[in-house]
Amino acid sequence: MRARLEYVLRFGDSALVLAQRLCALVAHAPVMEEDVALANVSLDLFGQARLWLAYAGELEGAARDEDTLAFHRDAGAFRNVLLVERPNGDFAETTARGYFYDLWASLAFAELVRSKDERIAAVAEKSRKENAYHLRRSEDWVVRLGDGTEESHARMQRAVNELWRYTGELFLADDVDTAMASGGIGFAPAALREPWLERVKTTFGAAALELPVDPWMQRGGKQGVHTEALGYLLAEMQILPRTIAGAVW
Amino acid sequence: MVTVGGRNSVESIRVWLDDVRDPEIPVVSITDLGILRDVRHASDGVLEVILTPTYSGCPATETIREDVERALREHGIENGRVVMQLSPAWTTAWINERGRERLRAFGIAPPEDAARCPRCGSVSARELAHFGSTPCKALYRCNQCDEPFDYFKRF
Repeated sequence: MRARLEYVLRFGDSALVLAQRLCALVAHAPVMEEDVALANVSLDLFGQARLWLAYAGELEGAARDEDTLAFHRDAGAFRNVLLVERPNGDFAETTARGYFYDLWASLAFAELVRSKDERIAAVAEKSRKENAYHLRRSEDWVVRLGDGTEESHARMQRAVNELWRYTGELFLADDVDTAMASGGIGFAPAALREPWLERVKTTFGAAALELPVDPWMQRGGKQGVHTEALGYLLAEMQILPRTIAGAVW
Repeated sequence: MVTVGGRNSVESIRVWLDDVRDPEIPVVSITDLGILRDVRHASDGVLEVILTPTYSGCPATETIREDVERALREHGIENGRVVMQLSPAWTTAWINERGRERLRAFGIAPPEDAARCPRCGSVSARELAHFGSTPCKALYRCNQCDEPFDYFKRF
């Protein structure tokens, strides 16, 4: 059960952290339509995180619900991939981060809908439909900015170069991944790499972007080893329920 | 009140629940949207109402759940149980004809192959934004009458 709990936390925490990043952009987006879109994507991700974390709480069996897991764990207990905790940066960085995640999630959910764990399959089925719209939008923006003005192109290229090193972890397996894949509950992360890379190449072709060559890949998020950025995000997200014990809406 | 063997019939409960509206789009009921999946007496005798969320983060889901619980209580069912069912995942194909007509009359293009302007009926429209006032909608503008409108996305 421990491996399954770890596994579910990875998806739940990744959705939660990205949702928190995106909601910080509300009222700061470059145009009104994007403000609305970012808020809606964030809302979907919060909803998905809630479904995953509610299940994680049940698997753990320690009477921690999704709110307790979200607000009363420190960075070292979070299992999100490093990519989603990276700061919003400029709109190109937000877009690149979203695109890399959305594309990976679309492939991951397509695998998880076949999970032998019915609960995982159900959450993946729900998330997959929402994710399809997120991917459509983020991919569209990668092309528009990449194949846009001189400045938008330069910023988009810089953003994908900067974030590339956080994409390796998405395809790396550890003991948890291996146990889940062999049990028919999860999938082999490495199997997603080719389809992910092929689609990135196609998108970058349309966006006039160069594929980054950085061979160095960061890792550790899935095991709880995070970048400094996550601590600040959690401090802001968790301050209210941690300052006022028992605070509820 | 229609009762069968001392219990409310499932049919009569379905009729009451048809009064529960979507808080974001109050012209359509939970029956119209296909959110109400089933009404049944569980093996322990408790009345169960099966709902499915539209979008996982949609804030209307919580409100709808509370509204259903209230509707049951108002009809004398104190111990009803609302069950949220994720699978099979909700799809806009479950929105019934009455619901589609109500959406159109309200100014929202219902989910179809193409976004059809709810005002002039033209199928020539352009997408302004993938996301509209709620996650389930996109923003369009009609090329015929030039009015902007919400399109309920196929999902």
